[in-house]
Amino acid sequence: MTATDPAVSAGSSAPGGLVKSVVELDRVVIRLAGDSGDGMQLTGNRFTSETASFGNDLSTLPNFPAEIRAPTGTLPGVSSFQLHFADHDIMTPGDAPDVLVAMNPAALKANLADLPGGGLLILDADEFTARNLAKVGYATNPIEDGSLEGWQTVSVPLTSMTLEALADSGLGKKEAERSKNMFTLGLLSWMYHRPTEGTVRFLERQFRRKPDIAAANIAAFRAGYNYGETTEAFAVSYEIKPAPMAPGKYRNISGNQALSLGLVAAGQRSGLPIFLGAYPITPASDILHELSKHKSFGIRTFQAEDEIAGIASAIGASFGGALGITTTSGPGISLKSEALALAIMTELPLVVIDVQRGGPSTGLPTKTEQSDLLQAMFGRNGEAPLPVVAPRSPGDCFDAAIEATRIALTYRTPVILLSDGYLANGSEPWAVPNSADLPDLTGAVDFATEPNGEDGEFLPYLRDPETLARPWAIPGTAGMQHRIGGLEKADKTGNISYDPENHDFMTRTRQAKIDGIAASIGPTDVDDPDGDATVAVIGWGSTYGPIGAGVRRVRRSGRKVAQIHLRHLNPFPADLGEVLGRYERVVCPEMNLGQLALLLRAKYLVDVQSHTQVRGLPFRAAELAAVIQDVIDSTSGAELAADPTGGGE
Amino acid sequence: MSTTEHVHDLGMPAANPIDAAIAASVATQGDKQTELKAKDFKTDQEVRWCPGCGDYVILNAVQSFLPSLGIAREDMVIVSGIGCSSRFPYYMNTYGMHSIHGRAPAIATGLAVSRPDLSVWVVTGDGDSLSIGGNHLIHALRRNVNITILLFNNRIYGLTKGQYSPTSEVGKVTKSTPMGSLDHPFNPVSLAIGAEATFVGRAMDSDRKGLTDVLRQAAEHEGTALVEIYQNCNIFNDGAFDLLKDPTTGTQWSIPLVHGEPLVFGPDGAACVVRDDFGGLRIAETNQVDAADIVVHDAHRQDSSYAYALSRLSSQDLRYTPMGVFRSVQKPTYDRMMSEQLDVAAAEGSADLDSILAGNDTWTVSA
Repeated sequence: MTATDPAVSAGSSAPGGLVKSVVELDRVVIRLAGDSGDGMQLTGNRFTSETASFGNDLSTLPNFPAEIRAPTGTLPGVSSFQLHFADHDIMTPGDAPDVLVAMNPAALKANLADLPGGGLLILDADEFTARNLAKVGYATNPIEDGSLEGWQTVSVPLTSMTLEALADSGLGKKEAERSKNMFTLGLLSWMYHRPTEGTVRFLERQFRRKPDIAAANIAAFRAGYNYGETTEAFAVSYEIKPAPMAPGKYRNISGNQALSLGLVAAGQRSGLPIFLGAYPITPASDILHELSKHKSFGIRTFQAEDEIAGIASAIGASFGGALGITTTSGPGISLKSEALALAIMTELPLVVIDVQRGGPSTGLPTKTEQSDLLQAMFGRNGEAPLPVVAPRSPGDCFDAAIEATRIALTYRTPVILLSDGYLANGSEPWAVPNSADLPDLTGAVDFATEPNGEDGEFLPYLRDPETLARPWAIPGTAGMQHRIGGLEKADKTGNISYDPENHDFMTRTRQAKIDGIAASIGPTDVDDPDGDATVAVIGWGSTYGPIGAGVRRVRRSGRKVAQIHLRHLNPFPADLGEVLGRYERVVCPEMNLGQLALLLRAKYLVDVQSHTQVRGLPFRAAELAAVIQDVIDSTSGAELAADPTGGGE
Repeated sequence: MSTTEHVHDLGMPAANPIDAAIAASVATQGDKQTELKAKDFKTDQEVRWCPGCGDYVILNAVQSFLPSLGIAREDMVIVSGIGCSSRFPYYMNTYGMHSIHGRAPAIATGLAVSRPDLSVWVVTGDGDSLSIGGNHLIHALRRNVNITILLFNNRIYGLTKGQYSPTSEVGKVTKSTPMGSLDHPFNPVSLAIGAEATFVGRAMDSDRKGLTDVLRQAAEHEGTALVEIYQNCNIFNDGAFDLLKDPTTGTQWSIPLVHGEPLVFGPDGAACVVRDDFGGLRIAETNQVDAADIVVHDAHRQDSSYAYALSRLSSQDLRYTPMGVFRSVQKPTYDRMMSEQLDVAAAEGSADLDSILAGNDTWTVSA
């Protein structure tokens, strides 16, 4: 099932005298696939929680359609959840599953091509009816026609066994059937020795107002577990030992959760009340949902009438001294462009979260992409620079949110944070930080309370000589009344100015302020273990996992490659051009058509080689390893035998 | 797996920096000044409206009446959009933001919601608030955020040099409509009432007394208050309101709205407002109806049908124009309700950052 040889341990005795063996694995990739209504995301999340609490390292990839309920049993309605877990540190949700659970023929058809030959295929036999087969164009039943011979296929009647287990529950057939995902989860929990208490507690909590539904789900879950233990269909169960991790407290966290908590923390660590103005949009809405739960922190969340009002209200709140935040995805950034420029002109702090999705236009709402980088950089009228940062993993969204806030407050500027759909919904174990250890942002907040002019007047555009930030004087502060706006400002006074020299000066000053942020971000972080690689791979955002996994494979083959992953897209670290200049070749994988590559080539005159895909899914590590290998081998001419594209992480 | 870079600093954030800043300014500059004169609200900026513009009159009226509200200048914020009227904040010695086209109500909403201690005003025009910013206007009104919106209606686009606006009459000949405009205008008062506004008034730029009276009531209203101010653009739409301003015809067509008073108007009170047969209102000759049938103005009716019917009197004859406060009712404000939710949440749950960072499901790896 994996690259390493499974170690078969002594058989264990199950009730009924069955002898079952236990196989030890170092890692497994499981994909659960079913109809949108089958609860695959919930099942996946529960399995993830069990796996996290067991102590494996893990990475997840939910993949679901934009439609809430596409027609039942059809290909467009298939929803899946992939989980990679291991006894060691891993970086991606896995290129391909080792195990595919398909709850109906549509799920089988949509996912089978991804399951390598010999992989374990678990099917709900009950759903392979003539009608369901016909819906997806199967002329014959694949369970019976021999077409699944290349895989270890286990076809079990999951639905009818669920109904049987719930015969006495008092629930109708339709309602009882809904618990088949919990039956399946129970079976998988047995197969992979997952702890079960967490799921029981979760079901009790989730359905506390519907105790009969809670009881039915728990009964189905236990029945699935017991079925695994007693059936002859599954003779083997698997053990994946906990991964070694640094001592500490951990939780499983998705990117959107981490981002939300990062914002709460940024509010607490700056002392500022948070105001979030947002309009619902996939895949960013979770952040609005999460922050709206934390009113006890003084967080105000405002569901605006549109994207423009979302950012405009946040700008108003920032003017009043709050930490103004707006969250959205690419189409929302398009609508916010004009207001972003207002925040640039008025030089107010603002945190703008763009959880990128496939574009252009409505594009692929539930799929991931990195194609808003140039929009974030340049998508406004006039010379309108603003800082751009990006998180590299779900947990890193927390730190990126705090960093975005630090920059916004210190430099009095809107900051765009570019997350994406993969980070937003994917999850991983996260070392829970101690709040006292988080960056202290109080220094970035120093509301002006006294006039700064020579004649006792307040000059709202008299800048801090070091950061070039202008003073932030909030309404309510006597003697500091001033007017700001979108018209060009005169230096120092902030009065309207149409003077040509002043406009030239102010345009360059706004640019210099953003460029100057580089002084606060430290040098480029280069991962080059021996320091003698001639090829560097550079990326940003969620490609960190696949690039890192690809790099590991390449290095295992004896080749050398440096990895650079940028947190700051604008400004770049000050030494980045010099760093890139050290390498003979620079490869830049991106989930767009080469946006970072364009910036690097333009800024540093470095011949960056772009490698791109826009499939709505993360890169596969094997693909990136092959790309990097080709570049290395064509650079040095060295022939190396080992194939970097196989193997684990 | 993520790692968190730890910066070691055990200093705790100060209490609320906003309160601290305000307290610091009071400490250095003395208590808040609330006994002010009109000149205290003027700025050093040269006013750049066209000579003869109605905006001057409105600016003077606002600066003259503001001292009577007893609000310190620093506690007042004027947010505007784009257009001639939106230059207003530059001329007021308060905090202000001259923002982007149509968005002032949204910006003001964020400010008023996060700073309920401030007096937040929006100055906008018919193009700014009813065309490009129509969405923000209606949503601000339905939410009942505590802001006061002054809508300068000159029925024309002035700053872009004379195109017809959403309040221009049908058939308006302008640069963009040489054969006359085709679209039907909004009645801003009807629109506001339809959008669940709790306060709607109308006044004339040149009527200092009437304007001041409506502005005062609007300022004192808790919730979103909309005041439509008829404003003459002497360059591109001169004389738009002459019928109402003329001493003779003005009294004939203006219907003064005074709470608790019968709706009688015109020379010698010859005209009045009575109910029609369909739940609406109509104009009648006073001597033709029973005095008991004349409607007594009630701005505080919760049901908005009456105020709406008042706003529609103009549709009987476009020239009939009720002036004053159409509607003024009390409803909980959005900002206050949000503050209450925050108080409830604070009372029910502690704001413990470490607790929410950990969440419900953690495991510990020991050394």
